[in-house]
Amino acid sequence: MTDASASSFLAASGPSLASRRLRALLAEPKVIIGGGLILALIVIALFAPWIAPKNPLDQDLMLASLPPAGLAGAEPSYYFGTDDLGRDVLSRLIYGARIALIVAFVAASLAALAGTTLGLLAGWYRGWVDGLISRLVDIWMAFPPVLLSILLVAVLGAGVGSVIAAIAIIDWTRFCRVVRAETMAQAEADYVTAARAIGFPPFHILMREILPNVVPALLALVSLEMGIAVIVEAILSFVGLSVSSDTPTWGGMIAEGRQFIHQTWWVFAAPLAALFATVLAFNQLGDGLRRALDPVLRR
Amino acid sequence: MTAPILSILRLSAVSELGNAEPILRNVSLDLAPSETLGLVGESGAGKSTVAKALLGVLPRTITITQGEILFEGRDLRTLPRRETRAIFGDAITLVPQDPMTALNPSRRIEAQLTDGLRLRRGMNAREAHKRALELLAEVHIRDSERVLRAYPHQLSGGMRQRVLIAAAFALEPKIIVADEPTTALDVTVQKQILRLMRQMQEAHGTAVIFVTHDLGVVAQICDRVTLLFAGAVIESGATTDILSAPRHAYTRALIAAGPRYDRPDAGLKPVPEALVAELRLEVEGVGR
Repeated sequence: MTDASASSFLAASGPSLASRRLRALLAEPKVIIGGGLILALIVIALFAPWIAPKNPLDQDLMLASLPPAGLAGAEPSYYFGTDDLGRDVLSRLIYGARIALIVAFVAASLAALAGTTLGLLAGWYRGWVDGLISRLVDIWMAFPPVLLSILLVAVLGAGVGSVIAAIAIIDWTRFCRVVRAETMAQAEADYVTAARAIGFPPFHILMREILPNVVPALLALVSLEMGIAVIVEAILSFVGLSVSSDTPTWGGMIAEGRQFIHQTWWVFAAPLAALFATVLAFNQLGDGLRRALDPVLRR
Repeated sequence: MTAPILSILRLSAVSELGNAEPILRNVSLDLAPSETLGLVGESGAGKSTVAKALLGVLPRTITITQGEILFEGRDLRTLPRRETRAIFGDAITLVPQDPMTALNPSRRIEAQLTDGLRLRRGMNAREAHKRALELLAEVHIRDSERVLRAYPHQLSGGMRQRVLIAAAFALEPKIIVADEPTTALDVTVQKQILRLMRQMQEAHGTAVIFVTHDLGVVAQICDRVTLLFAGAVIESGATTDILSAPRHAYTRALIAAGPRYDRPDAGLKPVPEALVAELRLEVEGVGR
């Protein structure tokens, strides 16, 4: 923090807010590790057809239940082995990342959008608007999320769209609570009072004066939410409510592998490890974002 | 005295939080064009409530129960919104208290300084930029192009307060409400800022309501003083009269409570509790 002594009357020169935040981010190891992993995963998902060694749907019963490379009886080109139908586990894993990431990004963004909008309204208008939205959040959070999502997908019909909708419908409350609290705090700030006195309309004040200061907290939350979305998608495909079974998903692979866990444990273990690493990466990224961006905002 | 530009007549307000305790009790004051009026009182005396009422940003939890706020003879409480729009934040503007929190950390100085010029004066970006440079020059900021591009955290406290003063004068208001603008600054900077306020005010002929709890500041800058206690006016008059010959016991106690730099061993003398209690009774009589 700069001191207010007479000698510091000249403007300190310095980098812009964006580059300052970027620098803070790059100094945070959690952001580097978590973000790096996610970035790698995005590249893998985008270029799956070129990266995957085999077609993930090709069955070859002659090569069924092969163990991963390095174990006795392994085939050299099947690095993670094959499942009971002779499909390449590694290729299925790589293609499975596509669904996981699509759901993570779209569902978390939609949940953030809905929650932020309602949170801004509740925090700004207070009174009955806040009462209504906050009670809705309370009621919403009382439902067990996994059961609610299964119910929602069952009603909406299986498919990626339904999974995304279910996650957004359930998890907007997290964003709503945080944004509401931040908005209330920001609304007390002198620059908001000044903007009100000058006569800017509420929408303008929310977008220009308040939202930019809520974004750091929001980014961290979005990242955490993506981890949650990946898990929920896996649960829904595990119970067969996500995409059709001919699209490889991690949850679906876990479900298939479970049946032969004593014979071909790798079919079960590989998607589990992928799921674990992805969620961990999102959580680390979220935690790192919060650490890196928060003090900058408070200055 | 010339006709006041602003008269507050028997203004009373209550808070809806908790016990509906009166926040203002029959407060009356006058402000002449281009004079500086000190609004003095302890925390919770109602200074900020008066300031907020003048800017039209009273929180919803505070309700004005009676009285008039006459700006150029028109009551701001009964004027339609269409007309108060040209007054709040335009003819009456604010220099806020804490320069560390009064600027939005995520917007550049230029955007914040020119908000009013663009919204209220319909200036385009280039005109507003030009006017912003003039304003910064007026508050003695050199290197103004760079300051305009800067974010608040890149400026020192005194610098930010200068920016805020420039912003308050941007629309050529008739009245500026300065809400303890020097409290958050250290003493050397405080002096410079007070001198700057004085210069700006004289150059623009603006009337200033200077909200403060610091009688030292009052002595330096205010022509007249109104003392508030628990929402009621205790004493009102020319600064020199009040500081040299206070009529009210509370004023005397308040002056005596200030630190004496010439006699550091004398210690601080708090306002006697018996006096405060007595005053409270007296004031509550006024309110009812």
